Amino acid sequence: MRVALGTHLRHKNMSYLNTLLFGVYPYLAGAVFLLGSLARFDRDPFTWKAHSSQMLSNKNMRWASNLFHVGILLLFLGHFVGLLTPPEVFHALGVSAGAKQILAIVAGSVAGLMCFAGLTMLVRRRLNDPRVRATSTRMDIFILLLLYVQLILGLLTIPLSLMHLDGGNMLLLMQWARNVVTFDPAEAVAAITPIGLLFKLHIFLGLTVFLVFPFSRLVHIWSAPMTYPTRPYQVVRQR
Amino acid sequence: MKVRAQIAMVLNLDKCIGCHTCSVTCKNVWTSRDGMEYAWFNNVETKPGIGYPKEWENQQKWNGGWKRHRDGKIEPKQGGKWRILANIFANPDLPAIDDYYEPWDYDYAHLQNAPESKAMPTARPRSAISGERMQKIHWGPNWEEILGTEFAKRSKDTNFENVQKEIYGEFENTFMMYLPRLCEHCLNPACVASCPSGAIYKREEDGIVLIDQDKCRGWRMCVSGCPYKKIYYNWNTGKSEKCILCYPRIEAGQPTVCSETCVGRIRYLGVLLYDADKIEQAASVADEQSLYQAQLDLFLDPFSPTVQTEARQAGIPEPWLQAAQDSPIYKMAIDWKIAFPLHPEYRTLPMVWYVPALSPIQARAESGQIGMNGIIPDVGSLRIPLKYLANLLTAGDEKPVKRALERMLAMRAYMRAKTVDGEIREDVLQAVNLRIDQVESMYRYLAIANYEDRFVIPTSHREYASATYDAFGERGGCGFSFGNGCSPGTDKTNLFGGKKVTVRRAIPIRVEPTK
Repeated sequence: MRVALGTHLRHKNMSYLNTLLFGVYPYLAGAVFLLGSLARFDRDPFTWKAHSSQMLSNKNMRWASNLFHVGILLLFLGHFVGLLTPPEVFHALGVSAGAKQILAIVAGSVAGLMCFAGLTMLVRRRLNDPRVRATSTRMDIFILLLLYVQLILGLLTIPLSLMHLDGGNMLLLMQWARNVVTFDPAEAVAAITPIGLLFKLHIFLGLTVFLVFPFSRLVHIWSAPMTYPTRPYQVVRQR
Repeated sequence: MKVRAQIAMVLNLDKCIGCHTCSVTCKNVWTSRDGMEYAWFNNVETKPGIGYPKEWENQQKWNGGWKRHRDGKIEPKQGGKWRILANIFANPDLPAIDDYYEPWDYDYAHLQNAPESKAMPTARPRSAISGERMQKIHWGPNWEEILGTEFAKRSKDTNFENVQKEIYGEFENTFMMYLPRLCEHCLNPACVASCPSGAIYKREEDGIVLIDQDKCRGWRMCVSGCPYKKIYYNWNTGKSEKCILCYPRIEAGQPTVCSETCVGRIRYLGVLLYDADKIEQAASVADEQSLYQAQLDLFLDPFSPTVQTEARQAGIPEPWLQAAQDSPIYKMAIDWKIAFPLHPEYRTLPMVWYVPALSPIQARAESGQIGMNGIIPDVGSLRIPLKYLANLLTAGDEKPVKRALERMLAMRAYMRAKTVDGEIREDVLQAVNLRIDQVESMYRYLAIANYEDRFVIPTSHREYASATYDAFGERGGCGFSFGNGCSPGTDKTNLFGGKKVTVRRAIPIRVEPTK
């Protein structure tokens, strides 16, 4: 009797935690991400920047920064398309869940390893280069380490995924993501509950990146200069 | 024709004594801040030398300025728009801090706090970036001052191209001159073209090139785009900064800090009118040596009635037209042709021009060591090789520089004959194609160089409310700001409703009452 109650309580706690972290936290993080970005852009545009430290320490930066940025952009794109495209679209294209998972594993591994190589160099540089270290804020270091841990967690899921190639796990994760963005948290929690701890940790940290985004240098992503190629070279403004 | 006005500058290198007052006063006013310790909006280099940052003139290395394609189109030498975007994660042409110098300070407090010891306490250097002890300082501002460092290093100066430079390494043949440098406020600025955010712009009213600090995202492409390396990345704020031609002073009709404080009185400020429609064409001419003439052709004659009509239609205020007629810049650059753009071959159409130095010749000529061409010393035997000056100022074309030097020598010969011997030597002037009124005027502007003649700056009259020169929009503005407010780069509404609140950090400008 006592054992059964304990199990019940543990289940209740687990389900509470699942609801909190994967049903509520996404909206909390998302709201802070959007409103925080807007508020910072509006209130403090002077702080809106990439804050490059290349001129303080240029060694290996072409490798480090390019590998990191290209890698992480590919990863973001892969996650975005992979998680939010409805399975019906894949099926219509004749791609089975298993095939899609293999595609995700291969593309994710390549981009992930590129990003890992670049990020490893960048983390070492930020922590060890005296000039870069001295001019870093606490947030600069925190966000870099957060991305590093997140990337390593992501890479660690690859062997797990290789162990079951049917794509079932992946379909659940896709369902969670789609339920979150369509404002169906109860279904989202139901989808994520059977998923393994490593994946859950990866999702939690991913949401945390969104949460701290507006308070970090990551805001420069919003300002990717997409309109530059269509602009005339010269800019003349009135006073 | 699209008439625009620009505040341009001329520096008379013939009178520069290399005292660095311009650099120091500029630094005190604008760049004595964290992140900008290494940056000098204005610096003075001893030439020949590799300069600041190291070898800035070597565009094979730094890829600054523009390059012309075979089809006649120009694009930034560091690459077109897509190439610039592709390099955005790591700029391969970016100078590192060591190319400028690592800024430092000394432990001055140790001189007073040190415990009693047998040796004198010393103030040792400490990096202003990392705060760490610097054992040895390897490079700094003006490391090459007065021909410091070995000739082998200094002779990397690219202006030695086509000069037999070895003989100038010998003590007897050595030469030097000073080159004060600041932002050129170009007509075809490569920094503006390189900025992915569109944060850098040229002001329509006075041609000053500025960086909108609220719009700058720190992509640092302007730093490598500028061939003069006059844009500095502030590692503290993560934004780029540059010489602002002291626009708060210019707007009030006052000269820039560097010009105001120049003890040699070598600097001149004034208005030039130019045809904005022809800029691209002028910057794209095929022959690099024709760029000087192409830029001269851009400038409009302020005395021409057609130009005046067009200028009025373009909304240029009357005081500006008057200032254009009185402009010392127009006289030196266009009328007398004794001032030249710095490195026109970069195709940026720079607007800070230089009168070449000739001083070392005079004393030697008078002591009979140099051949005389009539009563004018022979320019070919100048101590500073003509080719060196031409490489600096006219993309290697010696003829315009030679004419300028001869005119300056003729002016001296004429005035000497007039004041010492009491003769009017028109023959001297005929040899260099100058009229008496021109040479008298040259003497007044170059030798006397009165404050009112050197600086002819129309105020940006606040009372003018024409479309172009509308001042009402600036009522309640914040004057000078390091961002956060007063920027048209952001939306006008406040996130939480109501009127946008801006931080006002105005630097009051003291305006002397005019007589």
